[in-house]
Amino acid sequence: MLVTNLKHLESEEDISNVLRNNENVLISCGRMGPMCIPVYLIMEELENKYKHVAFRDMDFDIPASDFIKKVPECATFMGLPFNVYFKKGNVVAATSSIQSKKQITEILDREFAEY
Amino acid sequence: MENVIIAGSGPAGLTAAIYTARAMLAPLVIEGHAPGGQLIVSQEVENFPGLTEAISGMDLMDRFKKQAERFGTRFKMGTINHVRKRGDVFEVNIDSEMIKTKTLIIATGAEARRLRIPTEVKFYGKGISACATCDGSFFRDKEVLVVGGGNTAMEDALFLTRFASKVTIVHRREYLRASSIEVERAKENKKIKWAIPYVLEEITGDKFVSGAILENCQTGKRHEIKCDGIFVAIGHEPKTHIFKDLVNIDENGFIKIETGSTRTSTPGIFACGDVCDPVYKQAVVAAGHGCMAAFDVERYIERIN
Repeated sequence: MLVTNLKHLESEEDISNVLRNNENVLISCGRMGPMCIPVYLIMEELENKYKHVAFRDMDFDIPASDFIKKVPECATFMGLPFNVYFKKGNVVAATSSIQSKKQITEILDREFAEY
Repeated sequence: MENVIIAGSGPAGLTAAIYTARAMLAPLVIEGHAPGGQLIVSQEVENFPGLTEAISGMDLMDRFKKQAERFGTRFKMGTINHVRKRGDVFEVNIDSEMIKTKTLIIATGAEARRLRIPTEVKFYGKGISACATCDGSFFRDKEVLVVGGGNTAMEDALFLTRFASKVTIVHRREYLRASSIEVERAKENKKIKWAIPYVLEEITGDKFVSGAILENCQTGKRHEIKCDGIFVAIGHEPKTHIFKDLVNIDENGFIKIETGSTRTSTPGIFACGDVCDPVYKQAVVAAGHGCMAAFDVERYIERIN
């Protein structure tokens, strides 16, 4: 499992808590290999800039990840990590596999804009 | 101040840790984002000396780590962002922390090379992957290509036969770099087909990968092959970008070291493993190289002390 400096979600209770206590949440489910590493590096960097967003990661091979696997937007995904963006507990965007900083910030700015 | 910081926790870094720890230098290993290095995604390692049975790369690297810990190696999660030389001391920035050290061993390894086809990025997560172990299960009963001719390509192809209905290995040369035993295993597997000597020119599909255009390297003829996924296993590039202003690096990104040693162009900085090995790229070679780096560090510290 990849080591990251992000806060990890390890149970359904963790997921419920982060969604209940934060308006804007990005959960990245994977922590497996070379396609995940760049995404976590970017998230760690953006965590300091987007303080109004809760950045979390989780292992793909734990029972709690079923929550992410069952998100309808992820049904056709074919690559880790699955990045799922939540606004007030609802899914507003989801991406699969490696992402660039530009791709991630575009979604963060679009979905979690501060007014 | 640290005696030695080791950047990287693959076979090179952890062997350097074992040896410098036994030399009472109390090494500090900065593990990076993938502790254990590239080997952690290998399902089976059976060519590392001393293994009487195949074990997973994760298990092997766990043994390396425990052995290094036994002699007093300390580990720190995180990645090095920047290194600055101040006199004979190096200031190593690890995430938001700065640590001073007398010496630095660079063992950051390598990362998977990309195809660099314009549509490659578009299809990440939609059929293109560089990690069979991570994404193989998404291709159950589907047809996939594996691009490459080395051991990783053979291992990926064999692993993918657990899920895919058909795996076609695409390789540009008539000979394969993979070891004979891996090639034989692949040849014996009925699910594996071969497209040699072909290069992958284009990826086709609308929302998802539906095929690829292959070009025959001898005749120049092109044809489309149907597939649902493409796994890229065309080698690795050294992870040296943060050290490029600190040590001499060749045109392919490998750190230049003095022949017969692990000394770089900067006294006090040593390199070992895949960051300076454009040829062998094997865990056992990296481990041997890590041992060399430890001896070089020990001698350097004796001299400056």
